[in-house]
Amino acid sequence: MGQPQRVAFDHDAPIEIAKYYRFQWEPAQNCHVILYPEGMVKLPGSSGEIMKRVDGTRSLNGIITELEQQFPGVDLRADVVDFLEVAHGNGWIRPKAPR
Amino acid sequence: METAGSDPKRPGNPLWLLAEITYKCPLHCVFCYNPTDYTSYGPELNTDEWLKVLREGRELGCTQLGFSGGEPLMRDDLEVLIAEARKLGYYTNLITSGVGLTEKRIAAFKEGGLDHIQLSFQDSTREMNDWLSSTKTFELKKRVAELIQKYDYPMVFNCVLHRHNIDHTQQILEMAEQLGAEYVELANTQYYAWAFENRDQLLPSRDQLQRAEEVTNRFRERVGDKMKVYFVVPDYHSTRPKACMNGWGSLFITVTSDGVVLPCHEARMLPGLTFPNAREHDLKWIWYDSPGFNAYRGDAWMQEPCRTCPEKEKDFGGCRCQAYMLTGDARNADPVCDLSPHHHLITEAVEKADRPTLPPNVKPIVFRDDRNSRLLSAKKTDTTPVT
Repeated sequence: MGQPQRVAFDHDAPIEIAKYYRFQWEPAQNCHVILYPEGMVKLPGSSGEIMKRVDGTRSLNGIITELEQQFPGVDLRADVVDFLEVAHGNGWIRPKAPR
Repeated sequence: METAGSDPKRPGNPLWLLAEITYKCPLHCVFCYNPTDYTSYGPELNTDEWLKVLREGRELGCTQLGFSGGEPLMRDDLEVLIAEARKLGYYTNLITSGVGLTEKRIAAFKEGGLDHIQLSFQDSTREMNDWLSSTKTFELKKRVAELIQKYDYPMVFNCVLHRHNIDHTQQILEMAEQLGAEYVELANTQYYAWAFENRDQLLPSRDQLQRAEEVTNRFRERVGDKMKVYFVVPDYHSTRPKACMNGWGSLFITVTSDGVVLPCHEARMLPGLTFPNAREHDLKWIWYDSPGFNAYRGDAWMQEPCRTCPEKEKDFGGCRCQAYMLTGDARNADPVCDLSPHHHLITEAVEKADRPTLPPNVKPIVFRDDRNSRLLSAKKTDTTPVT
């Protein structure tokens, strides 16, 4: 896959899993994964927790607020931004497409 | 790839299940990798048997599922299999020539949750040399491409290249572009099965290959991000073998139409191994414990030069089937490797291909069809040593 490329996007706009990608819990790997044509990426631990919230209704800032409520006192912002910008750069997520 | 569990010798789970659900095919491709003796195989698994295979594969941890053949559209229960596969959580891929794809069927596939379609550019006629200019071919692909777009699938095209079509690479790419392809794989023929029978006819010369790569690079520059074009070089033109199947029994499991379970779709040709049938055993036992799947795992089976080679972790000594086909012993290094004492078998074939015209006594092309399969099966039985 090469070096992960961070690609910025609007932190207040809803984001969703990109077309042709699928996010699911994978019992055999004991973690969340992203599936796409002929491939799979494992998203263990916090990356899976973040991606679980990418559902077309929440924005990046919305996800941070929610995680901060769930894990009070932990500074998550940098990690969430890093992960989601890399996810965007990899094409796994995108700003929600207009219907 | 990491290995699961605490036992370092225990292999990880498979990730890819290839379901060759039928060997029936309306095409007669001379480069087909299906076994040449497919007509001697037992009856196809029925729907319930395939559903059992799909469940067991998923329990084992497979995430990618390929429906292939033959032409998988020849099975009228494909809709049922796709829907169940999706429910089980597979990422489902259909590998098809598009022959027999109707709107009714693709609508049912979509409804059932099919994730991905790979359309191959193949001729439906026997006139190989003029197939690219054949309106019939183009019309068929155009109709199928429209359906694929209408049902919101990515346009993924695959075209197998060989001596007789590689000089048309430009035309092939332009046809793909016209049809709206997003991904194109130009896959040079791999010389197994029917393609091996036809090798002297199909192997391109080094010049042809170089020109095709140049054409591809120019095309890539022109289209930019609009299309992703992959060019897979034939391994005969390399000096290091491919890491075949990413290692024997490491990621891939193939189930053939009659239920025989293989570590790769060619492995059934290897002598001295019996591969279990999914009708009689579950995939978990087959994957972890059957002798066939353990035969070439690790490196204990290797001989020199592989055994002490620093690259053995990288390419696993190449392909067992290619080693067997060319040298008669599957434990030998894949002769593609220039460290193999049998590498001359590869260079001789390439030198023959480099001649501007095929010699008059070249073996005639053998088309993949039932009649030729029966002839080749009979030949194979005749030459099998009695033990």
